[in-house]
Amino acid sequence: MRLDAAWYDLRDIGNAVGALLEQIREWGAPDWVPYVTSSVIAIVGILLWTVLSVLAFIWIERRVVGLMQNRIGPNRVGPAGLLQPVADALKLLMKEAITTRNADKTLFWLAPIVVFIPTMVVFAVIPFGEKMVLADLNVGVLFLIAIGSINTIAVFMAGWSSNNKYALLGAMRTIAMLISYEIIQVLVLLGAVLFVGSMRLGDIVAWQDDYGVWLLFLQPLGVMGYVIAGAVEMNRSPMDIAEAESEIVAGYHTEYGGIKFGFFYQAEYLAGFAIAAVIVSLYMGGWTLWGLEEWVPGWLIFLAKMYGVFFIYIWSRGTLPRLRVDQLMAFAWKFLLPLALLNVLVVGGEVLLWQEQDLSSGEALPLFGAVNFGLAVALVIGWALALGHRRPEKVAHRAILTQELGAIFYGDIAPRP
Amino acid sequence: MTLDGEKIIDADMVIGYLHRSMEKLAEERTYTQNIPFTDRTDYLAAMTGNLAYVLAVEKLCGVEAPERAHWLRMIMSELQRIASHSVAVGIFANDCGAWQTPVMHMFRDREKILDLFEMACGARLTTNYMRIGGVSRDVPPEFMPAAHKLVKELPKKLDEYEDLLLSNEIIVARSRGIAVLTPEQAIAHSVSGPMLRASGVAWDIRKADPYAAYDKVDFDIAVGTDGDVYDRFVVRLAEMRQSVRILEQALDMMPEGPVHAILPTATVQPIGNPVAPLAIRPPVGEAYGCIESPRGELGFYIVSDGSPAPFRFHIRSPSYINLTPLKLMSVGRTVADAIVILGSVDIVVGEIDR
Repeated sequence: MRLDAAWYDLRDIGNAVGALLEQIREWGAPDWVPYVTSSVIAIVGILLWTVLSVLAFIWIERRVVGLMQNRIGPNRVGPAGLLQPVADALKLLMKEAITTRNADKTLFWLAPIVVFIPTMVVFAVIPFGEKMVLADLNVGVLFLIAIGSINTIAVFMAGWSSNNKYALLGAMRTIAMLISYEIIQVLVLLGAVLFVGSMRLGDIVAWQDDYGVWLLFLQPLGVMGYVIAGAVEMNRSPMDIAEAESEIVAGYHTEYGGIKFGFFYQAEYLAGFAIAAVIVSLYMGGWTLWGLEEWVPGWLIFLAKMYGVFFIYIWSRGTLPRLRVDQLMAFAWKFLLPLALLNVLVVGGEVLLWQEQDLSSGEALPLFGAVNFGLAVALVIGWALALGHRRPEKVAHRAILTQELGAIFYGDIAPRP
Repeated sequence: MTLDGEKIIDADMVIGYLHRSMEKLAEERTYTQNIPFTDRTDYLAAMTGNLAYVLAVEKLCGVEAPERAHWLRMIMSELQRIASHSVAVGIFANDCGAWQTPVMHMFRDREKILDLFEMACGARLTTNYMRIGGVSRDVPPEFMPAAHKLVKELPKKLDEYEDLLLSNEIIVARSRGIAVLTPEQAIAHSVSGPMLRASGVAWDIRKADPYAAYDKVDFDIAVGTDGDVYDRFVVRLAEMRQSVRILEQALDMMPEGPVHAILPTATVQPIGNPVAPLAIRPPVGEAYGCIESPRGELGFYIVSDGSPAPFRFHIRSPSYINLTPLKLMSVGRTVADAIVILGSVDIVVGEIDR
């Protein structure tokens, strides 16, 4: 395809880039030139997009949470406060980058960088459109998991090097949390990979497009596990334990200020986008929407879905209280882990059944969907009950109303709401 | 606070950062000049602070406020109780990690109550409304319709809060079974107010020693059964409902009449001070006036030597005394629990340090 014929095809920026590269090749450039050019285009594109998205979402989050909290939110800088994030970013840039006296200076400087880079690198394997993927790795899912866990080290570096009790507490909590939840993340992603039979994210999206069904409908347990583990990984309420502002000031980044804090802040948003992007690619059909991608650019569909998923996290931040760290760990090991393991088992059985019995996809997929949904509901409710969800010491009650002055009601049974 | 990892192995109160020496300052000022101090002890419940002080001085002087003043005092105290409990419940949810949302919703209602205070006395937070022998002025004509409107909408708001907060899984998980105080422990630590009632002891000074017009209205004492953090929160929510119930009756039953008693001439004498030309000089003696403030038993112990300023002015502040079992409650729990426990005690630092 010639460049002049395809430059306007916004359905997939990959087309335009492909045409450009072909043009470069035609001009007789050596092989490495188009290779480097395409990488540079993609990297610049992703960088620009992430920065703009983060700025936009800082504003959206503050306005939306403001609405939920019955207040207005930022509305002074620029029209409707739109320039507030820009002003904040400028402020962070201009502030002095302080290093505390007793900090481990190397680690203290390194931590914001180490936390920031992996969150950007994750986007390399995310398919924004059919051809819009920077590195179409055949082990994309493995790459996601590997890169995602670097975060943990960076957070611990920040907490340890700050030489501050709150930072250390936050870092310790983060380590405990992320180690437990990464196991769950791996297990639920294993379910998806097992079902599709590929670790390439593009293949997983294409599979969902081919069979016309999202993995969301086939593996509800997996999605549940990933959404919760994702909330933990990006430190979002109700799992914002590592930086619980009412308990340990700001957790691991207590001592950070200026642009170093800005890096942590942006990394947090980027981690959120990365989680949302993975959910969209793996479970919600990526850039496809049952034929709409023929008419609308696939990357717009992808971004719309991604922002939609991210909105769930904003919503939970505006509404939910925070769990305690031991409760969160108990939830991971007692509740999510067995369910994730069962999910792998069930999915494995289904894949085997599909192949052995030679079922057509029209028969197999609705059956699997129905079975898995029923199983998910039954397991979640049953397991919660088995763990004592409805035990009297764990349910809500009301106060007793009395006129008897001086009577003691300690140990009585209180009325239920 | 000494920690072993996340676990608390020892906890101590370090107080005094907001100490303003109020008790000593008050010994230099006349009885009327001391009323604004009582706003600033418990700044989330200025009305009840005023009331406890003027009750003590009235007891000392032998003055009885007129009937309408009693009812106005009761209305203001109950409005103040709702406002204060709104903050308590909201901040408690905030301490549990519900990032600001409950607080902001609670403040929406508190705001309307503060508007009513503004109508009545011109101030919202530090009201300085009560006077020795009555209240500073009668409520303006627009107060009653606004109060009626507020009382009508409050139950709906309270339903909403109970729906959202009472059965919230995470709040239940965070607060049930935490920091249990048995009735014996609570009484041994002189704990009072919602904290004592959460431990299952039906004790309320409004019933036990009715002041203002509490003996003329009908209301229940809300008590908990477990004495844990959750029950303190539940009791506060239930008390807000009872306050609304008192307000409903009080707004209809309030009689007309003067709002300020004329003080006996023996107690009002010129002292030659240009700033306070007439000063109250209670007879030599001592008095203790106490009320059920939103946080517990708020008492003022005043000794008079016959001069225009009190000889001794002591505040029994519920926040301070309710905080004494802190070590008992928090040792063995985690850091996250400690915050929730502090939130459940509902301290006002101004009242701890005076």
